[in-house]
Amino acid sequence: MQFKDYYQTMGVARDATPDDIKRAYRKLARKYHPDVSKEPEAEARFKEVGEAYEVLRDPDKRAAYDQLGADWKSGQEFRPPPEWGARSAAAGPTDFSDFFEALYGRGTPGGSGERTRFNLNGEDQHARLVINLEDAWKETTQTLTLRSPEFDEQGRVTLRERTLNVRIPRGVRPGQHIRLAGQGASGIGDGKRGDLYLEIGFRQHPLYRIKDLDVYLDLPLAPWEAALGASLKLPTPDGTVELKVPPDTPAGRKLRLKGRGIPANPPGDFYAVAQIALPPASDPAATAVYRQMSEHFHAYNPRAGLGV
Amino acid sequence: MSRKDREYEAVLSGVIVEEQSALTLIEVSRACAVEVEWVVELVHEGVIEPGGGQQPDWIFPGRQLRRALTARRLQQDLGLNLAGVALALQLLDEIAELRQRLEVPDSK
Repeated sequence: MQFKDYYQTMGVARDATPDDIKRAYRKLARKYHPDVSKEPEAEARFKEVGEAYEVLRDPDKRAAYDQLGADWKSGQEFRPPPEWGARSAAAGPTDFSDFFEALYGRGTPGGSGERTRFNLNGEDQHARLVINLEDAWKETTQTLTLRSPEFDEQGRVTLRERTLNVRIPRGVRPGQHIRLAGQGASGIGDGKRGDLYLEIGFRQHPLYRIKDLDVYLDLPLAPWEAALGASLKLPTPDGTVELKVPPDTPAGRKLRLKGRGIPANPPGDFYAVAQIALPPASDPAATAVYRQMSEHFHAYNPRAGLGV
Repeated sequence: MSRKDREYEAVLSGVIVEEQSALTLIEVSRACAVEVEWVVELVHEGVIEPGGGQQPDWIFPGRQLRRALTARRLQQDLGLNLAGVALALQLLDEIAELRQRLEVPDSK
C-alpha cells in the first residue's frame, strides 16, 4: 500500500498546532466540499482531506502516525510492521484508505467479545449517479458499485462492496433523487435496512445544454438559409427531426420544438438557437458573391443600433 | 449462486423523490438521518418551505428534500451553524442561476 503524507495533504508543518490543523481543514473543506466546489476532483480531494484530519485532530492517532518518522514520502510503498494489529479501534465503519485501516483498523463497535441483542434500523445511504443526457429519453439500466457497512451476527461492522443494477426512469433530470427502498445500510438484529438515495447528474454534452426541463442546441445556419428560410434536419436527444426555419431568422432567435425537451410530465421544450455561419471568401468566385452582396445592400447598416 | 451474484442480476426500480408531492416531517428527517427538531429549525430559518398547515401537518414537496440534504452535509462537514447554512445555500442558488445563464445566455 502507499504511504500517505497527511501533513502534506493538509498543507501544514509537522509541528502544526491543533488550531493550525483545524484552520487548514476548514479552509480545504470549504474549497473541496462536493456541494460547493466545481473542481473536477473535489469529492476525492474532500475525502483525502477528511482522512488526514481524522488522524491529525486526534492526539493519539497523530502520535501513532508521527512514530512512523518524517522520512516517508507520499505515495512510497508502505508495509506495516507485523506487531501492528489494529492498534486502536476507529469508531464505526470508515471509507478511508487501506493505509488508514492498516494504522487504525476498521473498528468494532462494543468490542468483539460481548454480544448484545438489540435491533436498530439501518441508515439511509446516499450516492451520486452521473448518466448520459440521452438516457433521460429512454428507460436505461445503470450499474453501480457501492461500499456499504454491514453488521454481522456478532454486531461487527464490515464494509461490503455491492453491485446494483438500477432502472433509471424516463424523464429523470439533474438534481432529482431516486429512492430505492431497503437498499441502504443494513440494520442490526431485526432492524430494517435503510433506503438508498441516488442523486442524478448529467454528463456535460458536446451539443446540448439543459435548463430545467428544456434542451438548448446552437443551430448554425448559412446566411441564405437564415434569410430565405429553410427546411433542415437537426439532432435532438430523441433522434433526428425536421425543422422549418422561417425567412429572416436573425442570429440568437430561438426556434422552439414543443414537447421535445426532457420527457417528464409535462415534457420540456427543445430550443434551436440560430447562429449565422459564414462560408469563407476563399476564392475569387466567392469574393465576387460577397462583393455583389455588399453593392446590393450598400444602405444596410448592421450597427444602426449602436448609434454610430 | 451466491448472494452477491443474485443481487448483481436483479434490476431495481425506485421512485423519483422530487415527483412525490408529499413528504411528511418524519419522512424528511428520516431521509436526512436527523432528529425531527433539526428539520423544524431548518423551516424556521427559512431554508426549506413546507406546505399544508401547521407543524404536525407539514407536507414537503420532494424537491425540498434535496435542500435539506445539502444543508445537512454543509453543516456536518464545514461546521456551520444554521444561519451560515442558510446563507451558503442562498449564495449557491445564485451561483447556479448565474452559471446557467452563462451556459444558456438566452434562457432568461
